[in-house]
Amino acid sequence: MKIVKRTVGDIQVLDCSGKITLGEGTMAVRNTIMDILKDGGKKIIVNLADVNYIDSSGIGELVRTYITVSSSGGQLKLLSLTKKIQELLQITKLLTVFQVYDSESAALASFS
Amino acid sequence: MTKITNDIEVIISSALENLDLIQALTDCITHYMSFDEDSAHWIGMSVRESVTNAIQHGNKLDLGKKVNIRFELRADKLSISVRDQGNGFKAEDVPNPLDAENLLKPNGRGIFYIRTFMDEVEFRPLSQGGMEVYMVKKVSSNQGDLL
Repeated sequence: MKIVKRTVGDIQVLDCSGKITLGEGTMAVRNTIMDILKDGGKKIIVNLADVNYIDSSGIGELVRTYITVSSSGGQLKLLSLTKKIQELLQITKLLTVFQVYDSESAALASFS
Repeated sequence: MTKITNDIEVIISSALENLDLIQALTDCITHYMSFDEDSAHWIGMSVRESVTNAIQHGNKLDLGKKVNIRFELRADKLSISVRDQGNGFKAEDVPNPLDAENLLKPNGRGIFYIRTFMDEVEFRPLSQGGMEVYMVKKVSSNQGDLL
Protein backbone atom coordinates (compact mmCIF):
# COMPACT_ATOMS: atom_id res chain seq x y z
CA MET A 1 0.00 0.00 0.00
CA LYS A 2 1.43 3.34 -1.06
CA ILE A 3 -0.09 6.80 -0.87
CA VAL A 4 1.38 9.74 -2.79
CA LYS A 5 -0.03 13.10 -1.71
CA ARG A 6 -0.36 15.92 -4.23
CA THR A 7 -1.71 19.43 -3.72
CA VAL A 8 -3.79 21.12 -6.39
CA GLY A 9 -4.69 24.59 -5.13
CA ASP A 10 -6.28 23.97 -1.75
CA ILE A 11 -7.24 20.40 -2.63
CA GLN A 12 -5.27 17.35 -1.47
CA VAL A 13 -5.19 14.48 -3.94
CA LEU A 14 -4.15 11.09 -2.56
CA ASP A 15 -2.93 8.68 -5.23
CA CYS A 16 -3.34 5.27 -3.61
CA SER A 17 -1.81 2.11 -5.01
CA GLY A 18 -1.56 -1.51 -3.94
CA LYS A 19 -3.78 -3.14 -1.34
CA ILE A 20 -6.07 -1.48 1.20
CA THR A 21 -6.56 -4.31 3.67
CA LEU A 22 -6.81 -4.66 7.43
CA GLY A 23 -3.64 -3.45 9.12
CA GLU A 24 -0.97 -1.60 7.20
CA GLY A 25 -3.25 -0.51 4.36
CA THR A 26 -6.11 0.80 6.46
CA MET A 27 -3.72 2.53 8.89
CA ALA A 28 -1.93 4.26 6.00
CA VAL A 29 -5.23 5.73 4.78
CA ARG A 30 -6.30 6.74 8.29
CA ASN A 31 -2.97 8.38 9.21
CA THR A 32 -2.70 10.27 5.93
CA ILE A 33 -6.20 11.69 6.28
CA MET A 34 -5.58 12.63 9.94
CA ASP A 35 -2.37 14.45 8.95
CA ILE A 36 -4.24 16.45 6.32
CA LEU A 37 -6.95 17.42 8.81
CA LYS A 38 -4.32 18.41 11.40
CA ASP A 39 -2.72 20.70 8.81
CA GLY A 40 -6.08 22.33 8.17
CA GLY A 41 -6.90 20.56 4.90
CA LYS A 42 -10.62 20.36 4.17
CA LYS A 43 -10.83 19.20 0.56
CA ILE A 44 -9.63 15.69 -0.16
CA ILE A 45 -9.76 13.47 -3.23
CA VAL A 46 -8.87 9.79 -2.81
CA ASN A 47 -7.70 8.38 -6.13
CA LEU A 48 -8.26 4.60 -6.14
CA ALA A 49 -7.29 3.90 -9.77
CA ASP A 50 -4.25 1.81 -8.83
CA VAL A 51 -5.73 0.00 -5.84
CA ASN A 52 -5.67 -3.61 -6.99
CA TYR A 53 -7.23 -5.11 -3.87
CA ILE A 54 -9.47 -3.96 -1.05
CA ASP A 55 -11.20 -5.95 1.69
CA SER A 56 -14.18 -5.09 3.90
CA SER A 57 -11.83 -3.35 6.35
CA GLY A 58 -10.56 -1.18 3.50
CA ILE A 59 -14.11 -0.30 2.51
CA GLY A 60 -14.84 0.40 6.18
CA GLU A 61 -11.79 2.67 6.37
CA LEU A 62 -13.11 4.72 3.45
CA VAL A 63 -16.39 5.09 5.36
CA ARG A 64 -14.56 6.01 8.57
CA THR A 65 -12.45 8.66 6.86
CA TYR A 66 -15.49 10.04 5.03
CA ILE A 67 -17.26 10.52 8.38
CA THR A 68 -14.14 11.97 10.04
CA VAL A 69 -13.58 14.49 7.25
CA SER A 70 -17.27 15.42 7.03
CA SER A 71 -17.56 15.93 10.78
CA SER A 72 -14.50 18.19 10.62
CA GLY A 73 -16.28 20.40 8.13
CA GLY A 74 -14.40 19.04 5.14
CA GLN A 75 -15.25 17.06 2.03
CA LEU A 76 -13.84 13.74 0.86
CA LYS A 77 -14.51 12.50 -2.67
CA LEU A 78 -13.49 9.34 -4.48
CA LEU A 79 -11.80 9.23 -7.88
CA SER A 80 -11.43 6.45 -10.45
CA LEU A 81 -12.95 3.43 -8.76
CA THR A 82 -11.84 0.09 -10.14
CA LYS A 83 -14.63 -2.20 -11.30
CA LYS A 84 -14.32 -4.32 -8.16
CA ILE A 85 -14.31 -1.42 -5.72
CA GLN A 86 -17.33 0.00 -7.49
CA GLU A 87 -19.11 -3.35 -7.10
CA LEU A 88 -18.24 -3.57 -3.40
CA LEU A 89 -19.56 -0.05 -2.80
CA GLN A 90 -22.65 -0.64 -4.89
CA ILE A 91 -23.85 -3.83 -3.19
CA THR A 92 -23.46 -2.22 0.23
CA LYS A 93 -25.33 0.91 -0.90
CA LEU A 94 -22.25 3.06 -0.31
CA LEU A 95 -22.34 4.56 -3.79
CA THR A 96 -25.27 6.58 -2.44
CA VAL A 97 -22.97 7.95 0.29
CA PHE A 98 -19.77 8.88 -1.54
CA GLN A 99 -19.36 11.42 -4.28
CA VAL A 100 -17.52 9.51 -7.00
CA TYR A 101 -15.81 10.87 -10.12
CA ASP A 102 -14.27 9.22 -13.16
CA SER A 103 -11.93 12.08 -14.05
CA GLU A 104 -9.64 14.16 -11.87
CA SER A 105 -10.68 17.38 -13.59
CA ALA A 106 -14.32 16.72 -12.72
CA ALA A 107 -13.40 15.84 -9.12
CA LEU A 108 -11.35 19.03 -8.75
CA ALA A 109 -14.08 21.16 -10.33
CA SER A 110 -16.67 19.74 -7.94
CA PHE A 111 -15.10 21.69 -5.06
CA SER A 112 -15.56 25.07 -6.72
CA MET B 1 -11.67 -33.58 -18.62
CA THR B 2 -9.39 -34.98 -15.94
CA LYS B 3 -11.09 -35.88 -12.67
CA ILE B 4 -9.06 -34.76 -9.70
CA THR B 5 -10.14 -34.87 -6.10
CA ASN B 6 -7.93 -33.04 -3.71
CA ASP B 7 -8.16 -31.87 -0.14
CA ILE B 8 -5.79 -29.24 1.20
CA GLU B 9 -5.69 -28.35 4.88
CA VAL B 10 -3.70 -25.57 6.52
CA ILE B 11 -3.46 -24.65 10.19
CA ILE B 12 -2.24 -21.17 11.10
CA SER B 13 -1.71 -19.24 14.29
CA SER B 14 -4.00 -16.26 14.90
CA ALA B 15 -1.77 -13.60 13.38
CA LEU B 16 -3.08 -11.17 10.77
CA GLU B 17 0.29 -11.51 9.00
CA ASN B 18 -0.91 -14.95 7.86
CA LEU B 19 -3.73 -13.44 5.78
CA ASP B 20 -1.52 -12.82 2.75
CA LEU B 21 -0.29 -16.42 2.93
CA ILE B 22 -3.82 -17.83 2.89
CA GLN B 23 -4.80 -15.37 0.16
CA ALA B 24 -1.89 -16.57 -1.99
CA LEU B 25 -2.81 -20.22 -1.40
CA THR B 26 -6.44 -19.51 -2.31
CA ASP B 27 -5.36 -17.73 -5.49
CA CYS B 28 -3.25 -20.75 -6.44
CA ILE B 29 -6.18 -23.11 -5.89
CA THR B 30 -8.70 -21.03 -7.86
CA HIS B 31 -6.16 -20.66 -10.69
CA TYR B 32 -5.57 -24.41 -10.63
CA MET B 33 -9.32 -25.01 -10.85
CA SER B 34 -9.58 -22.51 -13.74
CA PHE B 35 -12.10 -20.22 -12.11
CA ASP B 36 -12.53 -17.05 -14.12
CA GLU B 37 -10.74 -13.94 -12.88
CA ASP B 38 -13.78 -12.38 -11.20
CA SER B 39 -14.84 -15.58 -9.42
CA ALA B 40 -11.27 -16.18 -8.27
CA HIS B 41 -11.09 -12.66 -6.87
CA TRP B 42 -14.34 -12.99 -4.93
CA ILE B 43 -13.46 -16.46 -3.61
CA GLY B 44 -10.13 -15.06 -2.42
CA MET B 45 -11.86 -12.16 -0.74
CA SER B 46 -14.42 -14.45 0.93
CA VAL B 47 -11.68 -16.66 2.34
CA ARG B 48 -9.71 -13.62 3.51
CA GLU B 49 -12.79 -12.19 5.24
CA SER B 50 -13.54 -15.52 6.93
CA VAL B 51 -9.98 -15.97 8.16
CA THR B 52 -9.84 -12.33 9.29
CA ASN B 53 -12.99 -12.87 11.34
CA ALA B 54 -11.63 -16.13 12.76
CA ILE B 55 -8.35 -14.49 13.83
CA GLN B 56 -9.74 -11.18 15.00
CA HIS B 57 -13.22 -11.87 16.38
CA GLY B 58 -13.09 -15.63 16.98
CA ASN B 59 -9.64 -16.19 18.42
CA LYS B 60 -9.21 -12.55 19.43
CA LEU B 61 -5.64 -12.42 18.08
CA ASP B 62 -4.53 -15.06 20.62
CA LEU B 63 -1.43 -16.55 18.98
CA GLY B 64 -1.96 -19.73 20.98
CA LYS B 65 -5.25 -20.37 19.20
CA LYS B 66 -5.32 -21.82 15.72
CA VAL B 67 -7.37 -21.29 12.59
CA ASN B 68 -7.94 -24.34 10.42
CA ILE B 69 -8.60 -23.78 6.73
CA ARG B 70 -9.63 -26.72 4.57
CA PHE B 71 -10.14 -26.64 0.81
CA GLU B 72 -12.02 -29.47 -0.90
CA LEU B 73 -11.41 -29.42 -4.64
CA ARG B 74 -14.03 -31.31 -6.62
CA ALA B 75 -15.01 -31.46 -10.27
CA ASP B 76 -18.09 -29.35 -9.78
CA LYS B 77 -17.22 -27.12 -6.83
CA LEU B 78 -14.70 -25.74 -4.39
CA SER B 79 -15.71 -26.09 -0.73
CA ILE B 80 -13.88 -24.18 1.96
CA SER B 81 -14.10 -24.56 5.71
CA VAL B 82 -12.63 -22.01 8.13
CA ARG B 83 -12.64 -23.04 11.79
CA ASP B 84 -11.60 -21.01 14.81
CA GLN B 85 -11.28 -21.75 18.53
CA GLY B 86 -13.29 -18.80 19.80
CA ASN B 87 -16.60 -18.50 21.60
CA GLY B 88 -18.72 -18.60 18.45
CA PHE B 89 -21.53 -16.29 17.42
CA LYS B 90 -25.03 -16.42 16.00
CA ALA B 91 -24.96 -15.46 12.35
CA GLU B 92 -28.54 -14.23 12.60
CA ASP B 93 -27.44 -11.69 15.23
CA VAL B 94 -24.99 -10.00 12.85
CA PRO B 95 -26.48 -6.60 11.90
CA ASN B 96 -27.47 -6.07 8.26
CA PRO B 97 -25.00 -3.50 6.84
CA LEU B 98 -27.66 -2.35 4.37
CA ASP B 99 -29.98 -1.10 7.11
CA ALA B 100 -30.02 2.69 7.28
CA GLU B 101 -28.67 2.75 10.84
CA ASN B 102 -25.68 0.60 9.83
CA LEU B 103 -24.85 2.14 6.47
CA LEU B 104 -22.16 4.46 7.83
CA LYS B 105 -20.65 2.02 10.31
CA PRO B 106 -17.00 1.26 9.50
CA ASN B 107 -17.38 -2.42 10.39
CA GLY B 108 -19.77 -5.26 9.71
CA ARG B 109 -19.60 -5.87 5.95
CA GLY B 110 -17.35 -8.96 5.82
CA ILE B 111 -20.06 -11.58 6.31
CA PHE B 112 -22.35 -9.76 3.91
CA TYR B 113 -19.67 -9.91 1.21
CA ILE B 114 -19.07 -13.62 1.86
CA ARG B 115 -22.79 -14.35 1.52
CA THR B 116 -22.94 -12.30 -1.66
CA PHE B 117 -20.01 -13.84 -3.48
CA MET B 118 -20.22 -17.51 -2.52
CA ASP B 119 -22.94 -19.91 -3.72
CA GLU B 120 -23.50 -21.51 -0.33
CA VAL B 121 -22.52 -20.24 3.11
CA GLU B 122 -23.17 -21.84 6.49
CA PHE B 123 -22.09 -20.74 9.95
CA ARG B 124 -21.80 -23.74 12.24
CA PRO B 125 -20.95 -23.82 15.94
CA LEU B 126 -18.48 -26.61 16.63
CA SER B 127 -19.16 -29.20 19.34
CA GLN B 128 -15.65 -28.75 20.76
CA GLY B 129 -16.12 -24.97 20.84
CA GLY B 130 -15.37 -22.43 18.16
CA MET B 131 -17.08 -21.66 14.89
CA GLU B 132 -16.93 -22.97 11.36
CA VAL B 133 -17.66 -20.98 8.25
CA TYR B 134 -18.42 -23.41 5.43
CA MET B 135 -18.70 -21.99 1.95
CA VAL B 136 -19.02 -23.36 -1.55
CA LYS B 137 -18.35 -21.95 -5.00
CA LYS B 138 -19.63 -23.98 -7.91
CA VAL B 139 -17.53 -24.52 -11.01
CA SER B 140 -19.50 -23.22 -13.96
CA SER B 141 -19.73 -25.14 -17.20
CA ASN B 142 -17.00 -23.17 -19.00
CA GLN B 143 -14.48 -23.72 -16.23
CA GLY B 144 -12.67 -26.56 -14.58
CA ASP B 145 -10.52 -27.88 -17.44
CA LEU B 146 -8.29 -29.64 -14.93
CA LEU B 147 -11.09 -31.12 -12.88
